[in-house]
Amino acid sequence: MSGVFSSVFEPGFFGSAPVHVAVTVGGLAAVVSGILGVFTVMRGQSYAGHAFADISVTGGSGSFLIGISPIWGFAGTSVLAAGIMDMIGVQRPRGRDLATGIVRGAGLGLAALFLYWDTQHTSTTGATITILFGSMFVISNSVIPVITALGVLAVGIAAALYRPLLLSSVSSDLAFARGIRIRLAGIACLVAIAIAVSLSSLAIGTILSTALLVGPPATALRLTSKPGLAIAWSALIGLAATWLGILLAWDSFYWPPGRHGWPVSFFVVTLVFLFYLAAQLAGRGDRAGRADTPGRRGRQSRADRPADPRPRALAGPGQGE
Amino acid sequence: MTGRRPDGTAAEIQPVEIQPVEAQPVEALPAEAQPVEALSVDGISVWLSGREVLHDVRFGLRPGEFAGLIGSNGAGKTTLLRVILGLTSPSAGDVRIDGRPRSRSSRAIGYVPQKIQLDPDMPLRARDLVGLGLDGHRLGLPLPSRGRRQLVDEMLRAVGAEKFAGARVGNLSGGEQQRVLIAHALISRPRLLLLDEPLANLDLRSEQEVIGLLARIAREQQVAVLLSAHEINPLLPVMDRVVYLAAGRAASGTASEVVRTEVLSKLYGHHVDVIQVHDRILVVAGRGDEPHAPAGHHEPTSVARTL
Repeated sequence: MSGVFSSVFEPGFFGSAPVHVAVTVGGLAAVVSGILGVFTVMRGQSYAGHAFADISVTGGSGSFLIGISPIWGFAGTSVLAAGIMDMIGVQRPRGRDLATGIVRGAGLGLAALFLYWDTQHTSTTGATITILFGSMFVISNSVIPVITALGVLAVGIAAALYRPLLLSSVSSDLAFARGIRIRLAGIACLVAIAIAVSLSSLAIGTILSTALLVGPPATALRLTSKPGLAIAWSALIGLAATWLGILLAWDSFYWPPGRHGWPVSFFVVTLVFLFYLAAQLAGRGDRAGRADTPGRRGRQSRADRPADPRPRALAGPGQGE
Repeated sequence: MTGRRPDGTAAEIQPVEIQPVEAQPVEALPAEAQPVEALSVDGISVWLSGREVLHDVRFGLRPGEFAGLIGSNGAGKTTLLRVILGLTSPSAGDVRIDGRPRSRSSRAIGYVPQKIQLDPDMPLRARDLVGLGLDGHRLGLPLPSRGRRQLVDEMLRAVGAEKFAGARVGNLSGGEQQRVLIAHALISRPRLLLLDEPLANLDLRSEQEVIGLLARIAREQQVAVLLSAHEINPLLPVMDRVVYLAAGRAASGTASEVVRTEVLSKLYGHHVDVIQVHDRILVVAGRGDEPHAPAGHHEPTSVARTL
């Protein structure tokens, strides 16, 4: 613990330019993924999220080949994949896994080729590691405007479609009955998720990006039953894991085995998991406590509760007309 | 001799074997030509993958009318509800809500689906779902408003859901979910409330509660209620109108007009007997002298059950 504090107060941490970029990019990715993650989980689209992560490998490795920032490849391919998945029929419950699987398979095939070329034709053997596992300290600060714009777009979509998306996660027929254009809302949400995944891919690597997409919301929905609050918690948890992870990674330079520092992605993902575990354990204790309250017990054994006042209230004023 | 008994007792119902009024031809039951109908279904036919699922279905509902859409599995109940809702386009015919063609953005129909997709873990409370009935189609973030909150509270009370208003929707029992979904559907003050098999998967007590609740709502809020069910008996005490579907065709009227041997036999296309046992109605396939219709006969087994 003293190591953590000394590194916080050590001027090196806040003075370092790579740290600035890492804090900015990582924080943005965490918040965007945390917000979109709640929609991903509620709409049952985690598998689509994984597919975007896999597809991002294709884009990222392609970007390395032509020498542009991987964020272009990540965002380009995953948004493209969102479009293709929609065309194949990701909106239908049965078509969803199919569409996701097809697109994911095709993308990973290309990724195998691109990664092979990356290691053959360029001298950057670190490309594979960077794409798969990320490296927040080597991100160029020139991408900050781009990822800010992408993040604002994704969160904007989520904010605009907040209520329609919530409702269609309950029942698509119900949403239709309210006049919601389900398919339009669905594809917009998918694009926003794709963007969130590509931001996380840049921050903590494609393979680990779904940890930021699924972990914080999974933790958040242990903490609250309110959808808005769950989104806030999710963003906060993602942010905390990312920033704390950066801090620990910075500090790990002095840790064994040698003077290299541990990968920042490792810390972020581990912290996400630990937060989930803590919420899970806390939630279990909480629920055990509440099971004894009368309201809970009343709901659990509905078959034998003649004293329930509801039927009488129901048969109230209108019934005797 | 209306099928409706506001006091909720089923005992005095004599819905069958009464008054041999002119046996109206099944396919030409007149849709009441009143301009104020909350719902008018006019000559709806639906073909799905080469099969005629609905044939020239016509009926109307007045505001405040409580109607049961009765039929066995595969009779076309869900298809008809989907047509009224606009989820399925009919091959022919016309649906009007409040005298106007149904439009996509219309809030005039409240809909209660049979099932919802939400897992128990998902962070959405009963009151959130009711609120979404008011403004779920709106873009942007909801602003906290006292008026909205009061309206949601009022609606939760109206359906007797205030006790579990803060519980997650996915954690509620079937009957509780039905109440919340009814509140969700009603909060926008629709003219017509459609419910897809709301009584399926409910225990007897919840079934009675939901039926009583809907009958009261229809009366008090003057909303036409159309509820699909495969079992007619629980609805007899409160139902103003039966829309009976069999083999894709419909007969509509009061229970005593429709649930008759002549009418239903014509509807099914073969002889069925309508039998009254105490205060319950049984619809049984086959001729009077031939209790079991031969297998392979048109719609044999599904009719042989009590409907």
